[in-house]
Amino acid sequence: MNSLILRTATRLLLTVLLLFSVFLLLRGHDLPGGGFIGGLVGASALALYAIAFGPTAAGRLLPISSRTLMGAGLVAAVLAGLLAALAGRPFLTGLWWTFDLGDLNVKLSTVLLFDVGVYLVVVGTILTMLFALEEH
Amino acid sequence: MLTAVLAIFATAFLAPTLTSRLKRSAGWVLALLPGGLTAWFLSHLATVDGGGALVQVLPWLPQLGVELAFRLDGLSLAFALMITGIGTAIVIYAGGYLHGDRQLPRFYLLLLAFMGAMLGVVLADDLVTLFVFWELTSFTSYFLIGYSHEAEESRDSALQAVMITGSGGLAMLAGFLILGHGAGTFRISELLADPAALQALPGFLPAMLLVILGALTKSAQFPFHVWLPNAMAAPTPVSAYLHSATMVKAGVYLLARTQPGFGEHPWFAPILISAGVATVLTAAALSLLQRDIKRLLAYSTLYALGILTLLIGVGTPLAAEAMVVYMLAHALYKAPLFMVAGSVDHEAGSRDVTVLRGLGRAMPVTWAVALAAGVSAAGLIPMLGFVGKELAYEALLSHPLPLAGLVAASAVMFALTVMVVLKPFVGRKTQAPKAPHEAPLSMWLGPAVLAVLGLTFGLLPDTLGQGLAVPAASTVFGAPLDFYLALWHGLTPALWLTLATVALGIGTSFAWRSLHQWLSEGTKEVRFGPAGAYAAWLTGIKGVAAWQTRILQSDDLRNHLLIILGFAVGISGFALLVTGGVPLAWTMERGQPHEVAFLVLVAVAALGVVRARSRLVAITSLGVVGFGIALIFISFSAPDLAITQFLVETLIVIIVALVLVRLPRSLLRDESGGRHRAMSAFVAVAAGLLITTLLWSVTSTPLDRTIPAFFEATSYPEAFGKNIVNVILVDFRALDTLGEIVVLAVAASGVYALLRHLRSNRQLEEDPDGPRGLAPEATDGSGS
Repeated sequence: MNSLILRTATRLLLTVLLLFSVFLLLRGHDLPGGGFIGGLVGASALALYAIAFGPTAAGRLLPISSRTLMGAGLVAAVLAGLLAALAGRPFLTGLWWTFDLGDLNVKLSTVLLFDVGVYLVVVGTILTMLFALEEH
Repeated sequence: MLTAVLAIFATAFLAPTLTSRLKRSAGWVLALLPGGLTAWFLSHLATVDGGGALVQVLPWLPQLGVELAFRLDGLSLAFALMITGIGTAIVIYAGGYLHGDRQLPRFYLLLLAFMGAMLGVVLADDLVTLFVFWELTSFTSYFLIGYSHEAEESRDSALQAVMITGSGGLAMLAGFLILGHGAGTFRISELLADPAALQALPGFLPAMLLVILGALTKSAQFPFHVWLPNAMAAPTPVSAYLHSATMVKAGVYLLARTQPGFGEHPWFAPILISAGVATVLTAAALSLLQRDIKRLLAYSTLYALGILTLLIGVGTPLAAEAMVVYMLAHALYKAPLFMVAGSVDHEAGSRDVTVLRGLGRAMPVTWAVALAAGVSAAGLIPMLGFVGKELAYEALLSHPLPLAGLVAASAVMFALTVMVVLKPFVGRKTQAPKAPHEAPLSMWLGPAVLAVLGLTFGLLPDTLGQGLAVPAASTVFGAPLDFYLALWHGLTPALWLTLATVALGIGTSFAWRSLHQWLSEGTKEVRFGPAGAYAAWLTGIKGVAAWQTRILQSDDLRNHLLIILGFAVGISGFALLVTGGVPLAWTMERGQPHEVAFLVLVAVAALGVVRARSRLVAITSLGVVGFGIALIFISFSAPDLAITQFLVETLIVIIVALVLVRLPRSLLRDESGGRHRAMSAFVAVAAGLLITTLLWSVTSTPLDRTIPAFFEATSYPEAFGKNIVNVILVDFRALDTLGEIVVLAVAASGVYALLRHLRSNRQLEEDPDGPRGLAPEATDGSGS
């Protein structure tokens, strides 16, 4: 769509939306959000960009193709499960590590890795379909 | 025993590499494994002596009571020795027969995998284990029969074999499940230990019939015999192996194995005896129509299988003895006969008995092997075949009708053997397609050893008897037996019958040519038989498949949706009617003003969807419906659900809009007729009513708090998350989520592949309009 308003707004919105999607992903365990919702927001942001600037430009924003993104997400999710299995726990059991960095208390977990996997699959899936349609 | 089976499979997967490495000697090297296993099984002759057995049990699916249970008793040992011993000869033979064949690596992979599966069948002591290996034999034999996959005939034969034996296998599985669930165990030895308890199980008769059906299809008993002669499309080593020691013997094995449990049932003997006699007679009659050595031998296999089934049906101690001895004799002569047929084909270039002549001088060793095996096949002194045939006659003395049929069929088989082992080798040499010469060592050593074994055991039958036949026959009969095998029994009725068979057989061989011609002409017009029934069945299945695909999966997405929704409404509505409905009670409080406003919004948008003629308007209105529902979610404080709903609705509208703009302009407007709209309206209203009823009934029943309470109590302490929805998604039910994202990725890949395909087609057609998109390319744009 050749609209100056849309293009200008999209340039501003893209960063905000992408940041917001990561924010949703990270806070999801305690507050509304999570990998699925975050992924949808991220995908919407890129979809908006694709509508404004065309799929080729949107594709160029991604360092890897949307299909690789999807695959990476699946790998991350399965890996999150396998880590537990390697530690001798049932597949997909959550493992947690807490790091104390002074004031900051960082909690990392295989659950987060799994949620990142969900995020990537959702973004990859929607973009793959969208780009395929747009390029068609 | 598991190690033995796994070793074969492991070798099978190594075989392709080994074969391409070793070239000429591959057969010899690969034969080391079955050879070694033969020795290992021979060392267990002492184990089974006196009714002992080697047992190995590993847990497999303990929740379902399924075990990897193996048991080596007399019967299993007899089969295991045939499978590995003859397998050794076949592996060596194939190295010579298929020398230079580019597909030899693949062949060895399949042959060894088949061998492993077959060994698994005869060693399994668990019904499910047995079934899995049974299906593996069907599966691998499919590829073996269809080895020459460029030939249509070969593919059809392979399909026929797998369809018939596969359907039988499914019937058998059903029977196994009935038995296993009824008895509470899948262990074969436990099930068979108490025949009275087994036969008292609920549904025993259908279960037994299903198991027998599976065995009869596998063993190619009338009327399922059609696949066996057609399986001759396989390369000779495969035919030799499938026919002598494996595949078809699996059915015989299952019948012999279950005989102690099933034998007492009044239906068992009549079914097996009639199937056996029918097969024997069919084999004799149809064999007269053949000229190809391999097909002739195929019918003689059918005949042997008929005898074995018949003897299992008779079920006396003598019949069990006869069955075991005849089966071993058959394995020892049928494998060499097939291999000889292959050698003749290989070295002389033809398998037509009416063409081949005078090969004896050029192929003396091959001829000697053929003669030795042939004498055994004809049931003559001094081979093991004689002992087996005599015993079979003796066991049937109490059943005069089957005996008469058997004698007549045996006469034809005698003539058939003459045609196979005498006719091509004697007389003056005629023009053969290839100048015949002796087969290489790899191609006569195996058959020669087997034929010599047939002679040795014929002269010293009790060596075989005490070592193997007594334990095996005891297993078949289900109680310890003791007998002494001898070559010469004196002037018994069985001997007179043998003499009568020989006399009739000699007569038949002289009349062969005229009989062959007379029958060939007489049956030219016959169109219907088991083969025709199979063809009709196959066409029928394809027809039904095409018909239901056309109706249920038509190209029209609207029909698709109508069927899915209509079916869901129909089946749930039916359930509601039958169970007397669900409780409905008015428990809702009056809605807040803003909630009522959301509802009005949803209703108006829904009306917009229905009224809209432009599809773009319809999909946008549908998005509004979704947004309205998301607003209601918010007012009931379900933020996760609401956000998801908002985003999904937005993306759906975007994606559907992208699809719509790609449609031809004529399709952008919905011009469907009144009838279609009425039908859609009906299904839509019904679906709406159903969902409303269900939701209403859910709110009418008090909510079960145990599940939410569990998550509330455990979410933070155990999963360290305060957002229960997310904790459920990524922790408690993470496996479900994993499944869902896999589905997402698969769906996206499907869409991508489909559109890619369409695009490449489009480019081929050079669409003059070019693609129309929502967005122009921002930069120079490679796509115009």
